[in-house]
Amino acid sequence: MDVRPSRPPADDWAVLDPQGIDRLIGALGRRGYRTLGPVVRDGAITLAEIAGVADLPAGWRDAQDPGRYRLERTESPAFFAWAVGPHSAKAQVLPPRDRVWRASAGAGGVEIAEAGVDAPPTALVGIRPCDVAGLGVLDRVLGAAGAADPAYLRRRAQTFVVVAECGSPAATCFCTSMGTGPDARSGFDLALTELVDGGGHRFLSRSATGAGAALLRAVGGASATTIDRRSRDGVLGDAAARIRRRLDRDGLPALLERNLEHPRWDEVADRCLACGNCTMVCPTCFCTSVEDTTDLTGASQRERRWASCYEVGHSYIHGGPVRPSTRARYRQWLTHKLGTWHDQFGESGCVGCGRCVTWCPVGIDLCEEVDAIRRADGATAARPAPGGS
Amino acid sequence: MIPGGGWRPSVAVWKFASCDGCQLSLLDLEDELLALAGAVRVAHFTELSRADEGGPYDVSLVEGSITTPEDADRIGRVREASRVLVTIGACATAGGIQALRNFAVAGAYAPVVYAHPEYIASLATSTPIAAHVTVDVELHGCPVDRRQLLEVITALIAGRPPVVPGHSVCQECKARGTVCVLVAAGVPCLGPVTRAGCGALCPAVGRGCYGCFGPAESARPSPLTNRFIRLGVSRPDLQRLYRTFNAAAPAFRSEHLRHDPPD
Repeated sequence: MDVRPSRPPADDWAVLDPQGIDRLIGALGRRGYRTLGPVVRDGAITLAEIAGVADLPAGWRDAQDPGRYRLERTESPAFFAWAVGPHSAKAQVLPPRDRVWRASAGAGGVEIAEAGVDAPPTALVGIRPCDVAGLGVLDRVLGAAGAADPAYLRRRAQTFVVVAECGSPAATCFCTSMGTGPDARSGFDLALTELVDGGGHRFLSRSATGAGAALLRAVGGASATTIDRRSRDGVLGDAAARIRRRLDRDGLPALLERNLEHPRWDEVADRCLACGNCTMVCPTCFCTSVEDTTDLTGASQRERRWASCYEVGHSYIHGGPVRPSTRARYRQWLTHKLGTWHDQFGESGCVGCGRCVTWCPVGIDLCEEVDAIRRADGATAARPAPGGS
Repeated sequence: MIPGGGWRPSVAVWKFASCDGCQLSLLDLEDELLALAGAVRVAHFTELSRADEGGPYDVSLVEGSITTPEDADRIGRVREASRVLVTIGACATAGGIQALRNFAVAGAYAPVVYAHPEYIASLATSTPIAAHVTVDVELHGCPVDRRQLLEVITALIAGRPPVVPGHSVCQECKARGTVCVLVAAGVPCLGPVTRAGCGALCPAVGRGCYGCFGPAESARPSPLTNRFIRLGVSRPDLQRLYRTFNAAAPAFRSEHLRHDPPD
């Protein structure tokens, strides 16, 4: 595995101090962006509105394990000494609930009014490379030519991304397996790498878009030195080396496809709550359900909401659900995320953020599930009616 | 059933063994009350009026569980007089808190509570309405969520299926961006096995879900219980977690019985 961070040309770099980040956040606000960034709330690093660096989680880091997340104090002045919080960028481009249209009885029959898309210009400050990769995956699902979702495209076009490259992975992280981090490669306007060393607390910054370059110029900053860039290489190299978790991707879609009757599916179904948390926290799980309702005035509306393949109704077709058992639903989720997503969209649906591992109430670990299947490749469960559950 | 076509269904509200909290949720619909009063004809609702229009009724909302021989008869008559029967709340859908008697010796509580237990004629069990008559729609919760109550009534008026999801409370937590209290704070929370509908009220204020909406559509509590054990929850407390308003709902019942202390 190559742990060397990607290294763009040197002339794009600038160095901002913490006050520079404060100016950056202020400049985004003045440009009309609703600016969201990492904020400590309810015992976690959440994505919330920020007005300046005072809102950032300085002195906090996270400890994550399967089914467990805790914030801890650190002596470091770093703003980004944590890995990832519970909130990915998904809710900003695919809201949990969204109105599609309203209809009412008019003189000429039913009148349908398409809902306006509430899409304020939004800046995401300090999201991680894995989450930027997650936006890319969503782009290829919801923004695909010929099948694009207009509301998604509107919100996505209004999104300005300031990625914070990751120097502090958690035990649940495996971006190095998925090729999505800890360095940022594409899909952002501005990239920051936080450096805290003998050279001070500073942020090596580079732009990838015209809007990013204009903002960086407006904020101002010192030019980057070779030492700064080497320092970044060190931070990102260390981070990559500290990521011990692996998802073995060797022939993974085929492995899953030939193991649909593996006994591990029964075993994991015995631990799985079918609560849907993994799908909700996943930055790429995009399923929605459409709900039509009326009110007492006779007006009606169609809304879509986040849905989960763990809901019984998710696979409901005429006569009943296709996947009534937890076994069938867990298998659907994992084989789609890591297998058939390739057939549909030409890549994996997983970006290695580890949220499904951390935020599973019972700590089910998809890497471990894949390993278990791989260890006994070809095993089949004794069952009376194969494929029937 | 044509919405806006002038059809005003008659609605009756019935009380069985219950606290009235669910039917009072109707009166809590303060912003919608006038519109609702215009959309339906209240034919029988003793918390609102002594007037009684008599049956048959287009819609009956039934609160409470069956705990007496008289009520076991009465629910049959309510069913016969109702085109659509909707049960509202944990008592009507699962037997309620009073179903704790199902797990005790019959009659054991009466002498503790009543000065003259000889006047009490009750059944040995508290059972949900669906154990006695056919139920068309079940609305869970202790109490029911008034928005869901309005949704069901509105859907019945419009002749469409009500939108009442059966998934877990977790999905509501995630939709509102609440940080998981179980994962981030180690708080025992029944959200993963509990039916959505409340909007994930308790976790939003840092409390674990109490399970007042009862088991979610495919709830399997035992892996969650195993997690609680690892968090250090004691065996009596495990039992108490599942033995509240929905103690007799099948998925919760089997789980607390699993942790019944040996006699």
